[in-house]
Amino acid sequence: MDFSTITTAIDNLLRTYMPEQAVILAECLLIALCLVLAYVLFAIVMIFMERKVCAAFQCRVGPMRVGYWGLLQVFADVFKMLIKEIISIKRSDHILYSLAPYIVVMSSVLTFSCLPFARGLQALDFNIGVFFLMAASSFGVLGILLAGWSSNNKFSMIGAMRSGGQMISYELSVGLCMLTMVVLGGTMQISAIVESQLDGWFIFKGHIPACIAFVIYLIAGNAETNRAPFDLPEAESELTAGYHTEYSGMHFGFFYVAEFMNVFIVSAIASTLFLGGWAPLYIPGLNAVNAVMGYIPGIVWMLGKTFFVIWLLMWIRWTFPRLRIDQVLVLEWQYLVPIGLVNLLLMTICVVMGWTF
Amino acid sequence: MNYILLFTMIIASVVLVAAGMLIARWISPRSYNKQKSESYECGIPTQGETWVHFKAGYYLFAILFLMFDIEAVFLFPWATVVQELGIKALVGVLFFMFILILGLAYAWRKKALEWK
Repeated sequence: MDFSTITTAIDNLLRTYMPEQAVILAECLLIALCLVLAYVLFAIVMIFMERKVCAAFQCRVGPMRVGYWGLLQVFADVFKMLIKEIISIKRSDHILYSLAPYIVVMSSVLTFSCLPFARGLQALDFNIGVFFLMAASSFGVLGILLAGWSSNNKFSMIGAMRSGGQMISYELSVGLCMLTMVVLGGTMQISAIVESQLDGWFIFKGHIPACIAFVIYLIAGNAETNRAPFDLPEAESELTAGYHTEYSGMHFGFFYVAEFMNVFIVSAIASTLFLGGWAPLYIPGLNAVNAVMGYIPGIVWMLGKTFFVIWLLMWIRWTFPRLRIDQVLVLEWQYLVPIGLVNLLLMTICVVMGWTF
Repeated sequence: MNYILLFTMIIASVVLVAAGMLIARWISPRSYNKQKSESYECGIPTQGETWVHFKAGYYLFAILFLMFDIEAVFLFPWATVVQELGIKALVGVLFFMFILILGLAYAWRKKALEWK
């Protein structure tokens, strides 16, 4: 199913009623509204899933009281967050303090709007897509550093510094893994990357180097999102809440939402680059199976793969204990970066020699 | 159209946060007392400011990051054309990678990659 037929139909419909500029304005408004709504919706789904999955791993039932099977719990939480007072701290740097959530949310919304949900269902599709993804996701760390610095609180400061050191370090590995897949795909445009996976996902096409890159990407992506076992920027038992200790009410809520959405985005990028995005499962030779797989719509494939990767990340989160800052940095610089560099060369050799499927 | 959409999304994200903040300020209760606007640390009054000199170790890793991030910037255009250029691109980038790995090895040898 091609969503571009729907979007062109809407475009043509609007063009019959309005002049050129008004059409562009209306379409921009429509797209922004859809994406922001999807952003908030996925955040709510993610928070609910996190609580239920966490409960399942710890042999609990999780939220059950609000609504059937606890389905309305997150809505209650959001409403609670809205009616909490936003406290401003006397000794903080007010401008930077209130600027920080904007930057964090902006970074994750921009990254979110690059994701290909189905054929033609992608807002930002640059020809340097992967590069833009890296750029957009990397200025989120700026917001976190600002939040910690401006709060004038030692816990926030330590948390922000740890977070900064950790996030910029692991960004390197994320970049190297993306680079490995760009070498295999030969393009940086996200829609083209997904198109070229229609005859086999990259993790199968690139076999060994792609698998190594996938594992490194999962580790580094988990660290990028500041979640356990890499949650030392906000380690509750040491730093209260890390960089957002001083934030309350909706101020804190946006940090929380952006953090959950970053997990979604990391998983969605993993499923786009490695697991084929909205491309259905394709096994050469088994035409009957491929035809059946082709009937499942692309958006189901995309969301299915994304939530599978999210589930993997949650499994990791509730299984491993927290690392120390020196262990985190040694893991990155002495293991993941050298392995990533060698892996990149390995992938290049495979591509040049034609040893890919 | 792509660039218009990019700016639309930047504005949309700002509007999202601003709207959330406005609604929260509008419906949330407000009260004032002196203790509330103190910064939260351990429950006792905080000692001095936080804006002090900070551990240089973080700075060192930022410098290292800068080096390797520039490398990634250089490698991205190469990665898109490596399939067409074939073996030439591989040999060319081997020299580039060699110098980079030399830098990493130097940092490793000098124990800059460890946390002290």
